[in-house]
Amino acid sequence: MIEVNDLTKNFGEFCAVNHVSFSVPKGTIFGFLGPNGAGKTTTIKMLTTTLKPSAGTMEVDGHDPVLEQHAVRRSFGIVFQDPSLDDDLTAFENMELHGVLYGVPSHQRRENIERLLKFVELWDRQGQFVKQFSGGMKRRLEIARALLHEPKILFLDEPTLGLDPQTRNHIWSYIRNLRDKQNVTVFFTTHYMEEADRVADKLAVIDHGKIVAEGTPQGLKERTRTQSLEDAFITLTGHAIRDEDSKVIDFMRTARKWRGR
Amino acid sequence: MSAVYILWLRQLKRYFRSRSRIIGSLGQPLMFLLALGFGLGPMYKQAAGGSYLQFIAPGIIAMGILFSAVFSGMEIIWDRQFGFLKETLVAPVSRFKIILGRILGGATVALIQGILVLGICLVVGFRVENIILIPVALVFMFLIAVLCAAVGTAIGSVLEDMQGFQLIMNFLIMPLFFFSNALFPLAGLPKVLRLIIHLNPLSYGIDGLRGSLTHGFYFGLGSDFFILSVMAWFLVGIGSYLFSLIQI
Repeated sequence: MIEVNDLTKNFGEFCAVNHVSFSVPKGTIFGFLGPNGAGKTTTIKMLTTTLKPSAGTMEVDGHDPVLEQHAVRRSFGIVFQDPSLDDDLTAFENMELHGVLYGVPSHQRRENIERLLKFVELWDRQGQFVKQFSGGMKRRLEIARALLHEPKILFLDEPTLGLDPQTRNHIWSYIRNLRDKQNVTVFFTTHYMEEADRVADKLAVIDHGKIVAEGTPQGLKERTRTQSLEDAFITLTGHAIRDEDSKVIDFMRTARKWRGR
Repeated sequence: MSAVYILWLRQLKRYFRSRSRIIGSLGQPLMFLLALGFGLGPMYKQAAGGSYLQFIAPGIIAMGILFSAVFSGMEIIWDRQFGFLKETLVAPVSRFKIILGRILGGATVALIQGILVLGICLVVGFRVENIILIPVALVFMFLIAVLCAAVGTAIGSVLEDMQGFQLIMNFLIMPLFFFSNALFPLAGLPKVLRLIIHLNPLSYGIDGLRGSLTHGFYFGLGSDFFILSVMAWFLVGIGSYLFSLIQI
């Protein structure tokens, strides 16, 4: 479903993504792990057509994100790392807007909105303004929205960041369910290793823009002779704490911080 | 076209939901109208003859549209900071349609704002001299709105945050207003000032509005309409080009 070959992205002198290759078969839950600034979000941006790669090739649902942007955009739904809802619209209006942008016909749109809002347990709050929602509710709404146009691939960039264990569990059970029932391919990043261990069929670990390991959670643990995925991760990527702001690493994210969000 | 429509509708909903914004943005034109209209009125009457209120009302309406439309265009900056922009940029919709929806939405909001200012002018004592030409006046108001919303959009696509806001206000938006024919007639002005006013696209909008609401076009109805339309669509082009360069 996703094929990446020698993908590279340079920001000036700095190489954020360095000859990365991997593939994600259809119906797989794929975890993309790495320390802060390793190149995860930059890779997702290139796969989802918002950033042009410096070199290498990609294929998403059989299409090239650089040349066939619209075909690729129709094939995936995305939950971004940062919020992306319109707070001044209601939950329903946010869904409706998405459905219209993606060209979902109106009767089907209504049906999907109802089904998905029920699925994430927000149907009885459909008329409320999003600014009144908690962080967890916004996250659930974003997941529902990402699924509205029935994408084949779901990108989740740290979907559970800052959420309580209840909500996290909830979200992962939705996503598993989705894969089991509709064979959706899921590409996610997270910093919660026990989550990745539990959910992912396949993992890739990226550090300093390079893939340092790839395999099943069990495989990574065996390879590093560790008991938990957290230990495996630290064995693979080292103990050094990454100082995002001192390098130009994930430069968009850093820039946003400087702007005082 | 439904993508353009839904983005247009979004701007309108946001506008009608923020009453403080509607009322707040009427304050400035009201102040100009009362202070200048009545303050300079007697002097104007002696110097040029006629009512100054009748003269500046169209200029003040244009001012209301100008500020409202530019702010609407610059909402891109908020959308970028609050993340909603990403949602539109990964959708399978061309950037041109996205920007067209935004500009038309911002322009419609500004047009409504302009109509409200016209209402205030009428309350204060402004008289429309030729009622048949009101539709023409509305066309000019809409064109001014499109032009200014396109300018705001272009700015919003380039600026990443609100820090450049003062700069834009004082060195672009204010001059657009002050160096136009909004507040004073062109007769007897220094040559350089006249030239600048002739180069300012807003002048043609104000002239068209003034001509249709009161009497007498300075540049002529045809040239007002032609120059304003060409400039408006030219700026829409520039706005959408700059918008297409955004990477997130």
